[in-house]
Amino acid sequence: MNSYSIFGTALHRLAILCYVVFALFPLFWLLKVSVTPNDLLYSEGVRMWPSRMSFEHFRFVLAHSAFPVFFRNSMIVAGATAVIVTLLASLSGYALSRFTFRGKYWLVALMLLTQMFPLVMLVAPIFKMLSPLGLTNSLTGLVVVYTAFNIPFATFLMQSFFDGIPKELEEAAKIDGATQFMAFRQIVLPLTLPGIAATLGFVFTAAWSELLFALMLISGNSAATFPVGLLTFVSKFSVDFGQMMAAGVLALIPACLFFLFIQRYLVQGLTAGAVKG
Amino acid sequence: MVFDATAGFSESRRRSLVDRITRHAEPYLYTAPALILIVTIMLAPLVLGLSYAFRDVHLLNPFSGGYVGLDHFRTLYGDDNFYRALRNTLWWTGASVFLQFVFGLILALLLDRPFAGRAVAQALVFLPWAVPTFLTGLNWAWLLNPVIGPLPHWLYALGLMSEPANILSNPQLAMWGPIIANVWWGIPFFAITLLAALQAIPRDLYEAAAIDGAGAIRRFTSITLPFLAPTIAITVLLRTVWISNFADLIIVMTSGGPADRTQIVASYIFTQAFRALDFGYASAIALVLLVLLLAYSMLIVMLRQVLMDRS
Repeated sequence: MNSYSIFGTALHRLAILCYVVFALFPLFWLLKVSVTPNDLLYSEGVRMWPSRMSFEHFRFVLAHSAFPVFFRNSMIVAGATAVIVTLLASLSGYALSRFTFRGKYWLVALMLLTQMFPLVMLVAPIFKMLSPLGLTNSLTGLVVVYTAFNIPFATFLMQSFFDGIPKELEEAAKIDGATQFMAFRQIVLPLTLPGIAATLGFVFTAAWSELLFALMLISGNSAATFPVGLLTFVSKFSVDFGQMMAAGVLALIPACLFFLFIQRYLVQGLTAGAVKG
Repeated sequence: MVFDATAGFSESRRRSLVDRITRHAEPYLYTAPALILIVTIMLAPLVLGLSYAFRDVHLLNPFSGGYVGLDHFRTLYGDDNFYRALRNTLWWTGASVFLQFVFGLILALLLDRPFAGRAVAQALVFLPWAVPTFLTGLNWAWLLNPVIGPLPHWLYALGLMSEPANILSNPQLAMWGPIIANVWWGIPFFAITLLAALQAIPRDLYEAAAIDGAGAIRRFTSITLPFLAPTIAITVLLRTVWISNFADLIIVMTSGGPADRTQIVASYIFTQAFRALDFGYASAIALVLLVLLLAYSMLIVMLRQVLMDRS
């Protein structure tokens, strides 16, 4: 029995180790190639770490390419989307959590519907709708589109956080003469800060990663987001692996920072999203 | 005095009317911004897209836009590329969902057991989920590239390949590239969802079963699986729909090639809209895809109902 449980424990740790290696190896390789100097890139192709490290690729990407512009554009788009979505989704999530009102059922059904149909269907019509408004090839256009796409999921997420806060707190405040909105702003919102952080993180990551609509709506370099910029770079100069991977590492940084920030809320957040959306 | 009293009376009545209107309007005020955005940016384009399916809409042709009836669907009926994309979608979705689910379930079971360093291990294995999908695609394309990546050389060393070649340019194997990338990226989603469901199972059930002499396998099949079943059903359904629409990895890694062997319906729609600028035909394919996905979802829901009625 004892030797069996030691064997089981060893097997368990080994399996966990396999998963960790599988999860991290591709990212490790990205980092490895990005710090390998050009002259060692092919001669030390399959070595685990280059014999000499260099940051020349990072220096080149930051100083001589359009990536700082892409990075700034992506920051603006993902940041603005995250802030606007979280603001609007806290309002609508609060309404779904605290009020019963006519049409609530249809609102929930509409939001569920938006989670079911293929967004790729909307690529052509959204282009046609936004181009007379001058919102193609503009960061504002992307923010508007991403905000709409992310609101349903964020609403369900915020609702699940509001559901976890007892109603008695607001009722007490209302007896003291506060309006519902004052109670929401001054009592409920501060208690939902972890939920707000999680929603910000989810939406930021989603907007930072979006590719198809950015490809369709953006054509010039000046408004390109990171995914579009990196993909154009790859199809134009598909030989400079060191520089591409250095750019890839840079694209990874904000997403990973946000992930570390939100990862403790992941189980709660994704469950709410998976069950309801 | 009297005058003052009536003024005060009507004043308070007016305030209560305003109060009542505000109270009734309040939930709508909270939800209005979200609703307006969803209707204008998602619902309106959806309806517009449905109308495109019956119209001749070319982006660069200003004279296009006329109604063509069912012409697009007639073209689609005889379009071999579409049937190939449909078969590829089945293969892509089936393999991705199956592998993500199996490895995600195993990971969730491993993480459900307490051990030193669990929080760190959990953060590390969930990390791929935070990697942007375009970067996931590029990264795996690089790993599979014999010039820069180790994988072809390892496969060659293991004797699985006659020379270190790129599977993405091999028509027989190319689909495995996006599938592996998708599995790597998607395992955390299943693991997180299933882990949350596992942690909701009351622990004393296991203890009672152990006292009754049930072995580990027996406990798994008669406690864990029945408790997980609803979560499994809903996540698999949602992920199947989602993955069959998920074209990013394919567009980044192969753009449908070589010889259209990795073209799925979603990437075919995107190619028609983005490269051929044929919005009408793209919308017709999208409409067919939507109908197929709805049929699939309804089939699953009905199956579930039948199974629940039986038990």
